[in-house]
Amino acid sequence: MDFQNDQFRLKVGLAEMLKGGVIMDVVNREHAEIAERAGACAVMALERVPADIRKEGGVARMSQIRVIREIMSAVSIPVMAKVRIGHFTEARILEALGVDYIDESEVLTPADEEHHVDKHDFKVPFVCGARNLGEALRRIAEGAAMIRTKGEAGSGNIVEAVRHIRTIVKEMKQLTVLGKEELVHEAKNLQAPLELVQYVAEHGKLPVPNFSAGGIATPADAALVMQLGAEAVFVGSGIFKSSDPERRAKAIVKAATYYRDPVKLLEASEELGEAMPGLDVTKMQEAELMQTRGW
Amino acid sequence: MEPRIGVLALQGDFEAHQHALARAGAEAIDVRTADDLNQVDGLIIPGGESTTMLKLLDMENLFEPLREFGRKKPIFGTCAGAILLASEVLNPLQESLGLMDLTVERNAYGRQIDSRIAQIELQGEPAEAVFIRAPAIRRVGPDGKVLAKYQNSPVLVEQGKHMVATFHPELTDDARIHERFVEKVKQAS
Repeated sequence: MDFQNDQFRLKVGLAEMLKGGVIMDVVNREHAEIAERAGACAVMALERVPADIRKEGGVARMSQIRVIREIMSAVSIPVMAKVRIGHFTEARILEALGVDYIDESEVLTPADEEHHVDKHDFKVPFVCGARNLGEALRRIAEGAAMIRTKGEAGSGNIVEAVRHIRTIVKEMKQLTVLGKEELVHEAKNLQAPLELVQYVAEHGKLPVPNFSAGGIATPADAALVMQLGAEAVFVGSGIFKSSDPERRAKAIVKAATYYRDPVKLLEASEELGEAMPGLDVTKMQEAELMQTRGW
Repeated sequence: MEPRIGVLALQGDFEAHQHALARAGAEAIDVRTADDLNQVDGLIIPGGESTTMLKLLDMENLFEPLREFGRKKPIFGTCAGAILLASEVLNPLQESLGLMDLTVERNAYGRQIDSRIAQIELQGEPAEAVFIRAPAIRRVGPDGKVLAKYQNSPVLVEQGKHMVATFHPELTDDARIHERFVEKVKQAS
């Protein structure tokens, strides 16, 4: 796999620029303006935030083009948008529109239950979700230039994002102590290309930035996943389902920068109002889970 | 003694700059507070989102300490860092440190699909310039010295002890630009 070709370097380059930042889910222009004012490093345009998709059900698709266009003209920061897993035509439309990043996301209803989009074939970069190292490496093999944990979107519960980032980091550490012949066996277990497994074994990290998403609702949640190894965070329902979105957005931006500084985290956690309501993931039915989408 | 060079680590590709400084033989330190600034002889403001950095500078009351630092010590800004150092920012109009007499236009080449890796000339030799949602320098003040151009526009400019690039030398293996900055910090300290 050629990670040194110019196109892939540019895709990863933009992800590098987002490190230490907060990417916020927005459903309209007003949300996008609030997010930019609060210090978001990018916004993610989607039809409904995950908590509403969960509540209302039905098929969740790519956003309306008019709304994405309005968001793109309203803010100067990068604009991302989501497509359904495997829906390469939605992706082509977003590429033609000129969005800065595409999230091939389990939050939307999958369009293909076997295949993800061949992301190498696009000029626009893609981010994909992962629960473990095997998933992460399969997505990178398909051309993803950024990985994020899936967590459990719209739950307001950090437990799944923690499980996923810990799993990915632990599996990467394990590879660094294995011998060459053991890596071949691990590539089989991980169902991932050997050369990506070898890259992780040598560098102890993914060849693309590793962010976290899914259930982040407070500044403390953001700092937690960053201390566990995430390099930036996506916040979905956590901001616009809280009682004071702008204040909470600013506080999470601060927490993503000062994630190792307890005094700054205390300042960020004061006077935030009510967080979004949370869900107990263990009480959810298998069919309600979004993280199991993607293969 | 080797100079200590800080990298403003509020948001952006600060880690890539730390690696680039290591390649240029300098010790790099994360800077997130006014106290951290007091520990360093020069500072790099990395790429990232200038609006995010401005918000954090404002929230943490770092704007004035940073401006004061720049009156005495060298700063090198890449991309968002160049936007912060300029005296005038367009598209949209926004606040900046004003430490260099420059007019900079944000997102001047377009969106991510317009990002590019181009060949430029640096000290008479070819160099690779990585432009990511890059700004453009629209005006250079009389004290500014243009060190490199792309499409006839300045992309690497020096003014006194400060330096800006609209591209990302930290995303290549070429250490020449970081070496130049390390040299400027040595001369100033």
